[in-house]
Amino acid sequence: MTETPTPKLHINHLLGMENVSREDITLMLDTGMSFREVLERPIKKVPTLNGKTIVNLFFESSTRTRIAFELAERRLSADVVNFAASGSSVSKGETFKDTVKNIEAMKIDMIVVRHESPGVPLFLTRISDATIINAGDGAHEHPTQALLDMMTLREKFGTLDGLRVGIVGDISHSRVALSNIYGLKTMGAKVSLCGPKTMMPKFIEQLGVEVFHNIDDVIPNVDALNVLRIQRERLHAVLFPSNEEYNKYFGVTKKRLEKARKPITILHPGPINRDVEISADVADSEHSFILHQVLNGVAVRMGILFLLGTKGKAN
Amino acid sequence: MNSSYLFKNAHVIDPLTKTDEITSVLVENGNIKKIAKKISTEKNTRVIDCNGIILAPGFCDMHTHLREPGYEHKETIETGLTSAANGGFTAVACMPNTNPAVDSAATVEYIKSQARKSVPAVEVFPIAAATKSREGKELSPIAELAEAGAVALSDDGSPVENADLVRRILEYGSMYNLPFIQHCEDKSLAGKGVINEGFISTTLGMSAIPRLAETTMLQRDVQIVEYVKGKYHAAHLSVKESIEIMRQAKKKKLNVSCEVTPHHFSLTDEEVRSFNTNTKMNPPLRTQDDVDELLVGLHDGTIDVIASDHAPHSIDEKDVEYIYAPFGIVGFETTIGLCVTKLIETKTLTWKQLIDKLSVNPRKILSLHEIKIEVGEKANFTLIDAKKEWTVDVQQFKSKSKNSPFDKWKLKGKAMGIYNNGMYIESK
Repeated sequence: MTETPTPKLHINHLLGMENVSREDITLMLDTGMSFREVLERPIKKVPTLNGKTIVNLFFESSTRTRIAFELAERRLSADVVNFAASGSSVSKGETFKDTVKNIEAMKIDMIVVRHESPGVPLFLTRISDATIINAGDGAHEHPTQALLDMMTLREKFGTLDGLRVGIVGDISHSRVALSNIYGLKTMGAKVSLCGPKTMMPKFIEQLGVEVFHNIDDVIPNVDALNVLRIQRERLHAVLFPSNEEYNKYFGVTKKRLEKARKPITILHPGPINRDVEISADVADSEHSFILHQVLNGVAVRMGILFLLGTKGKAN
Repeated sequence: MNSSYLFKNAHVIDPLTKTDEITSVLVENGNIKKIAKKISTEKNTRVIDCNGIILAPGFCDMHTHLREPGYEHKETIETGLTSAANGGFTAVACMPNTNPAVDSAATVEYIKSQARKSVPAVEVFPIAAATKSREGKELSPIAELAEAGAVALSDDGSPVENADLVRRILEYGSMYNLPFIQHCEDKSLAGKGVINEGFISTTLGMSAIPRLAETTMLQRDVQIVEYVKGKYHAAHLSVKESIEIMRQAKKKKLNVSCEVTPHHFSLTDEEVRSFNTNTKMNPPLRTQDDVDELLVGLHDGTIDVIASDHAPHSIDEKDVEYIYAPFGIVGFETTIGLCVTKLIETKTLTWKQLIDKLSVNPRKILSLHEIKIEVGEKANFTLIDAKKEWTVDVQQFKSKSKNSPFDKWKLKGKAMGIYNNGMYIESK
């Protein structure tokens, strides 16, 4: 009897969702689901990455992503090192490259990186031999967030094929939106975007998405809404007059959702600004999958770490 | 030092004397002694075999950054001029964004004296700051700067944003025949952008600079020029609408001119997908539509000048995260190759047109002495092997910095050498 080989990813690093194949996304989601089962056990730990060293390199503040990665790594029995740098490497006097080279000299296998500059994960692949996982690079990509969102939606709806997903909020400054667009489109979902024009990249329609500026036009036509956080710290210019006005015209409220023919599944990458982009009653409703996303965030990251960490040396 | 040179069987192209023929040029003591098909030489004459080589009036790069004083770790006047010579330039005008900025006669004189000491075959013409310390608040001492030898006024690296100040610079500068060279960028529109605003910036999640940042300032400036006259030159234009603005301004016979760089007509923002910081320049690389219109503008004469915007940065400064990398690339040593490959080989420009843009027009705009390939004139040549195919290797650059997106590119056309001020420098 021949043994079925374990499926392997075609990618050596997870830098983003752009250009990741349907096959690879499916494998990551399936693997994530199998680790969800591990998380339900009394002993939530497996020895899969025993002996592997992973550095969480966070140049930008993060709570849930960093904790989710750290939990995922520890539950796979990896040795974990956390590196948090506030501000830029340049402002600290040491270059980013030198920082990485120093860390790498300590013999590490994987780097999970978050940085405010788009392209840093790719830059890392050029200066390091470690396997790189992007935990968010500026407003570029946040692939593990997209994967956990897709995992949550697939769990709820059974498939992503033909699913109608709306993404609402500050699309211009959102790495979550971009990764979700790439991933959902690859998996056959129909993506609609909604937000003020000031928060909508001018050329976004070329990615094959529909763009709306009135949330009431979107709600009747979607199965799920991914509500983005209004990220005040990223808004370099004044892109909207006030939180109140944003809430009035773009906020996802119970009253608005009642216009839908059937209940809409609500996702949010967190943290939530209650009664700005989402009302408290929606965030806490039975159709809100926000906390479910958090659990899936650990599971899908375990899946990704497992798949990349056991793949062998990256090219 | 050999004082006699025979440039034998060269293809001499000189737009000013309307020369376009294979001939030989004898130079003695720095001056053109004879031009003829056959010239017999003395024993001590050095003969340069120019068979298949174009001999043109020395090229002048009117937009460069030599970084000295203040940023000698990027480039010094000596390394910059060595690089310029290797790229085929006998003259360069250098921008004032040094430290201190070139806003005093002393700094103008310092640059000139350093240049004379280092590579005397390449002449240096300092461009002075239009405003004190390039802060865009007060006029720099323009008369004093002109007297010291500044050839133009600019705050390049930054725009002069204040419209009234632009008006005053044009008015005051015109008394000394100094053109104002504007870096057209409305900072309020450009914000913290690092690449062109377009589909690529959308997919990369990059802060972006809209084309409007260039055109709104250019349009405004053209209106100021129309009102007050004065001599205006728009630096490194990058978007197609700018070319139309210039076209209309020229139709009105305004005293305006403009330049483009080889990287803006050779590359698009698609290159930024690599996140290679050598694709980061200001203005940013634009789209294929823009490149196409730059080529039209070069062809129809709307664009007067090709300038390298040679902007050296050290490896350490560029080998960082994209958003922290400085803007700019080196350009002296790839300019001719890119011009031949992208403009001559594609028949966008004739050799005469190219020489106008690399030699004749920059000198005209900066009111420099005309160069003619005529008996009795001072010899000032650039030699180009138009057929030479070569691969760019940044490590071979004479510039102190190696920040070029063209590394490993295969180009056709290379500078073979320069002759100026009685000296012949062969390119490597």
